[in-house]
Parts: sequence; structure tokens; C-alpha cells
Amino acid sequence: MTARGPALGRAPARLLVPAGVGVAFLGVPLVALLARTPWSDFLTRLTEPAVLDALRLSMVTSLAAVAVVTAVGIPLAWALARVEFPGRTVVRAFVIVPLVLPPVVGGVALLSAFGRRGVVGAPLYDAFGVSLPFTTPAVVVAHAFVSLPFFVLAVEGALRATDREYDVVAATLGASRWTTFRRVSLPLAGPGLLAGLVLAWARALGEFGATITFAGNYPGTTRTMPNAIYVELQNDQEAALVLSVILMLVSVAVLALLRERWFDQAMRGPVRG
Amino acid sequence: MRTRPVALLLSLVATLALAGCGGSGASGDGGGSGRETGTLTVLAAASLTETFTTLAKDFEAAHPGVQVRLAFDSSATLAEQVTQGAPADVLATADERTMQTVVAAGGTAGDPRLFATNHLQMVVPRDNPADLKAFSDLDKPGVKYVVCVDSAPCGKLAATVLKATGITAKPVSEEVDVKAVLNKVELGEADAGLVYATDAVAGGAKVKPIDIPTSNENLNSYPITALKDAKKPALARDWVDLVTGPKGQQVLADAGFGKP
Repeated sequence: MTARGPALGRAPARLLVPAGVGVAFLGVPLVALLARTPWSDFLTRLTEPAVLDALRLSMVTSLAAVAVVTAVGIPLAWALARVEFPGRTVVRAFVIVPLVLPPVVGGVALLSAFGRRGVVGAPLYDAFGVSLPFTTPAVVVAHAFVSLPFFVLAVEGALRATDREYDVVAATLGASRWTTFRRVSLPLAGPGLLAGLVLAWARALGEFGATITFAGNYPGTTRTMPNAIYVELQNDQEAALVLSVILMLVSVAVLALLRERWFDQAMRGPVRG
Repeated sequence: MRTRPVALLLSLVATLALAGCGGSGASGDGGGSGRETGTLTVLAAASLTETFTTLAKDFEAAHPGVQVRLAFDSSATLAEQVTQGAPADVLATADERTMQTVVAAGGTAGDPRLFATNHLQMVVPRDNPADLKAFSDLDKPGVKYVVCVDSAPCGKLAATVLKATGITAKPVSEEVDVKAVLNKVELGEADAGLVYATDAVAGGAKVKPIDIPTSNENLNSYPITALKDAKKPALARDWVDLVTGPKGQQVLADAGFGKP
């Protein structure tokens, strides 16, 4: 009815109806969650030390994971998008597999690699006595492992979508490949980069399976919000609901803030050829 | 036989009708046509993994046309799933407290029956990296030990035992169930873990058990019951009878469980 473009005519019901179903499918469970939440003791729960601990830990580890993911993800995405090299499809497969791996299996894989008896972990432990599992850095590793693929795919897609001619022009004007990457490719891929960051952060914040398998679950060091929610689900369902809503509100608030600040602007005007 | 589809349909209707009214003696009528077939869903505490898997084979052999679907998890998770309406026929938990939450929610058919007891043991990896010789060695500096999370029965029992023995060192992780604790020890990631005596047996050669003082006074009792919303009430009762009967008790005893 009101969903009408100037000259395009009425939006067809065969698109609008499934779209509505999609909205309801995603929206109803969220509303149901909010409806069941015991709001009366929401504030007292929010300020409980255990909840604050979990929230703080989740924030620190998810942001640290995003930093790690950005540092290695951008170069990796660039290499996949811009450099012809043998075995590129194999490399891309390595990037995609953690995406489809059940997170718990990811945790087992991380233990096999970085655990005290792992392929990489055992020599480290023997040489320096360093062991990763049951520590906060292990949570960051688990988060980074599951969120890196999202980031790389988003950034690679963005790099591919920008016109390579810009790179060529920059090169003919005497720019080195590093300068071209820094001054041309990366800014052009800005919106995709932001989308990748948000995706990676959201994935890290909600990460549960790999974390509890690889890093364990102890208040203050490895019990993130999702871990705390899982524990409370067995214990006190109302507390679990409150924790879930807190996690949801925090992530929505951050996303809304991002949207205000950069997201809209970046999404509105991707510089295209 | 031309009447076969009709007979099947009738038996299905009979089964459904009986299941609907809480089911009494579904296998009672002649010719076995009312006998339940299909899938029996049994939810059981993680510590029952080995014994119930063995018993399921016996059960299937004795009940042609029946498959036993076993789901093992933390008792607390299972109790929660049942009260939330997860479709299942039988529930066996690792303590009476978690079972009580289902009883209180009206989810059980009849009173739960106790069928086994279990106590805690400490397990260390085969090569014992922290060189632990007694339970009190947990208090040595730098020892990484793991327990169950305190909402799970094994975690509650661990907290009781740690308190009773005066251990002050904190665990490095609270795992979601007893199998996760055992796994961390088997992998050698943890120096020690507190598991049920039966899991110490199940860990086989990968772990070494160390006895815990006072653990004989701190026992968990395992209750089992058919569920109110069971789709196969007669089979559910048969399962409970198997577990509480001589065959089930033998399998449980072999695995290291105590008598109820």
C-alpha cells in the first residue's frame, strides 16, 4: 500500500508476504524473550559482581579478538582479493571451513593445536611452561578463531567489489603497492571493512562452544556472558533471561552507536567507479 | 495378509489413545497388537553414558521393532528440557535434587525410583604431569584441576567434598558436565579432575584414579522415572524395570555404581 516506489508500482505481495514471515520469525522469539524477562529485579541483577565480571570479560575478550582479527584479517583478505598465487582456493577453503565447523569442534581443534599436549602447544609448554587453556588469552583465541572467517569474507568481498582500475591508476602515478593498498584500496573498501568488524565483534561476543571447550569456564578468567548464561540456564532460569537481555541490550546499543556514527554514512556512499 | 494395514492402523490408534490417557498396560491385550514399537527416548545423566548404552542394546534385543534413543547431558540441563516440554519417555538424573524440579513441575509419571549411587574420585592424566599422589596435593601451588559447574550434581558433590576435606585451592575451570571434566584430564590439559568413580572406570587407561577421603560419606543417589508426557508409556516402564531389575543392577555394579 504505502510500499510504493515512484515509478516502480506496487511492491508485489509474493515478496512482501515472505518478507513479513521473515521479520516475524526473527522478531517473535526476541519479543517472547523480553516478555518473559523478570524486569522487576533487572537492575539488581545487572549490578551483581558475577554479572559485571562476565560482562567486563566479554567486552575485553571480544574487542581483543576484533583487534587480532583486524591485524591479520585485512592483509589476508587483501592477499585473497589482489594477489594471484597458486593454492589460493585452498587458502580460501581454510578461511571458510571454521565458518561451517560446529563451534565445539572448533574448540577441540584449538585444543589439538594450542593445548598443553597440542601440536603447537606442547613445544611451547616444554620450552617456556606456557599453557593456554583455562586462561583469558585462550578466550581471545577462541573468539578470533570463529570470527576471523566472517571478517575476511566481508573484507575480501568489499575489495573485490571496488574497481581494480583505481589500483592501476595509482600505480601508473608512481604509487608503490603498499601506498596503493593504504591510500586507495583500503579506503574504498571502508564500508565492507566496517561491516566485517561488526560481524566479527558480534560473532565473538556471542561465542560459546569453542570458548567453553578450549578455554574452560571460570568466573573472572574465562566465564564470558554466553558461558554465564549457559550456567544460569541450569540453575536459575530467570537469571539466565536477565543475562541474555543484558547481552542483547549491550550489543544493540553498540551497534546503534556505530550506525549513528559511521555505518549509515559509510553504507550510503560507497565510493564506486 | 490383506488386513495388515488396517491392523497396523488400529494398533496405532490404540497406542495413541492409551498414551493420551496416561497409558495403563498398553501391552496387555492379546496378540501383541497393542505392543508399542518405535523409538523410546531416554534422557540420562552424562555419568550413565556407558551403562545405559549397554542396557539399550539388551532392551532392543528384548523388544523387536524398538529403538532406544539415548540423550546424555548434565542432569540439570535434562531436567530443564523436560520441564520445558522436550519430548522424552524416561528421565534418569544423577541426584535427587534435579529430579525434584521435574517432580515439582508435574513432569513425572509416578514416583521416581532410586537405582544407583555414586561417589567422587580424583583422576589424573596417565603421566600425572603435576605428580599428584593424594587428594590433598590439590592444594600444591600451580596445580590445575577442573570440576563440574556447581549447578550440575557432580559440581554440587565436588563442592561438598572440597569443603569437607579443607581444600582451599580453586579449580581453573567449571566444566558443564562430568564427561567434560574427564575429557580435560584425558587430554592432559588439566592436572586433575573430580569425577564420579564410574567415570574414573570409564576413563580406562588414559587416567589414573586417586581416592578422596570422606567420599564414602558423600554420595549421590540416582533416581529414574517414566515421564508424564511419554509417547511410549509401556516401554518407558519396561526401561525403568530393566534398570532397577537384576540385569540393570548387574551392569551398573560392573561399572562401579553403588547399590541404592
